[in-house]
Amino acid sequence: MSIKVVNSLSHYTDWTIGHVHSGALGWVGFVSFGALYCMVPWIWNRKGLYSLKLVNWHFWISTIGIVLYISAMWVSGILQGLMWRAYTSLGFLEYSFIETVEAMHPFYIIRAGGGALFLIGALIMAFNLWMTVNAGEAEESEAARLLQPAE
Amino acid sequence: MSFWNRHKIFEKNSIILIAGILVVIAIGGLVEITPLFYLKSTIEVVDGMRPYTPLELAGRNIYVREGCYLCHSQMIRPLRDEVERYGHYSLAAESMYDHPFQWGSKRTGPDLARVGGKYSDDWHVRHLTDPRAIVPQSVMPGYPSLATTEVNLDDMSAHLRTSRAVGVPYTDDQIANARADLKAQLDPDGNDAEAFQKRYPKALVRNFDGKAGDPTELDALVAYLQMLGTLVDFKLYDEKANLR
Repeated sequence: MSIKVVNSLSHYTDWTIGHVHSGALGWVGFVSFGALYCMVPWIWNRKGLYSLKLVNWHFWISTIGIVLYISAMWVSGILQGLMWRAYTSLGFLEYSFIETVEAMHPFYIIRAGGGALFLIGALIMAFNLWMTVNAGEAEESEAARLLQPAE
Repeated sequence: MSFWNRHKIFEKNSIILIAGILVVIAIGGLVEITPLFYLKSTIEVVDGMRPYTPLELAGRNIYVREGCYLCHSQMIRPLRDEVERYGHYSLAAESMYDHPFQWGSKRTGPDLARVGGKYSDDWHVRHLTDPRAIVPQSVMPGYPSLATTEVNLDDMSAHLRTSRAVGVPYTDDQIANARADLKAQLDPDGNDAEAFQKRYPKALVRNFDGKAGDPTELDALVAYLQMLGTLVDFKLYDEKANLR
């Protein structure tokens, strides 16, 4: 995207949106999820998470969501970029702008579906962490054990 | 010790690594920045550019407030299809009075850099009120409230003064008369029209929303849109003059 010929196709299209979301949701998002799953039991002094099964569900639901989201944006971006520059054999622009807007419609539906899956995954995590804090088994801390009064 | 093993020096000492990073960034930065010091100016010298009239500036503020730049770019790139679709490619000089610029980064809707004069005022009024009444497939939201909201006249002088503080060459005369000028641009038969034209040569003077009464936000936004990209006369513009 820093190369002129690539940028001339991708810029101003959904390609940019897909690219940014792959980083924001796929990378930053998943790293944050991992950090939360690791740190919440530490901070609230729990033996472990409420459910590892739910973590797996979260991972796969959100992964499928993000893949749908990004690939829809990549395809719609390239499609729109190509439609903007398409010429007929007579040398006229082939598509009006509004035709390229209409062509985006199915991809926006896929994008909404992908985003919804990602959000569902995050809600599963929220439930899991809530249960970890409120219903999880407390871990006996080292300090508490050592400081018990002698009987 | 082989060459690649020497990389350990960077990997094992954070201070040396930071120094190395700074050197690499400095090289990249200098390659990008130094050429700019050998240019006379990065902005072309063109005829026709003038600061926005108070009404256009009010319209521009609405454009920014409503986030129009999120879906509409104002930057025509020098590519064949864009020049055929939108008009002459954008010049740096054409956004020199924009603070901040409205180049945008996504075209959910078409580029607006040269939308001025492309459609009638009536088209804009109807389209802004209900886009699908004009373009059935449009995904743009309607802005019916613009027609019924009056422009805030009290802070117009302050807006001009603020623009001047960041480099837009408004005169004291223009700042003092901002409020009157905003109204004058909507009334070609009014007493102030002549004085307004003197302060802003060639600015369009007419009732943009087609309704009598106080200036509405619709007036301001349509005035802004109808001016976009029309200030530089490309019949006279010599693109070779700015080659360097």
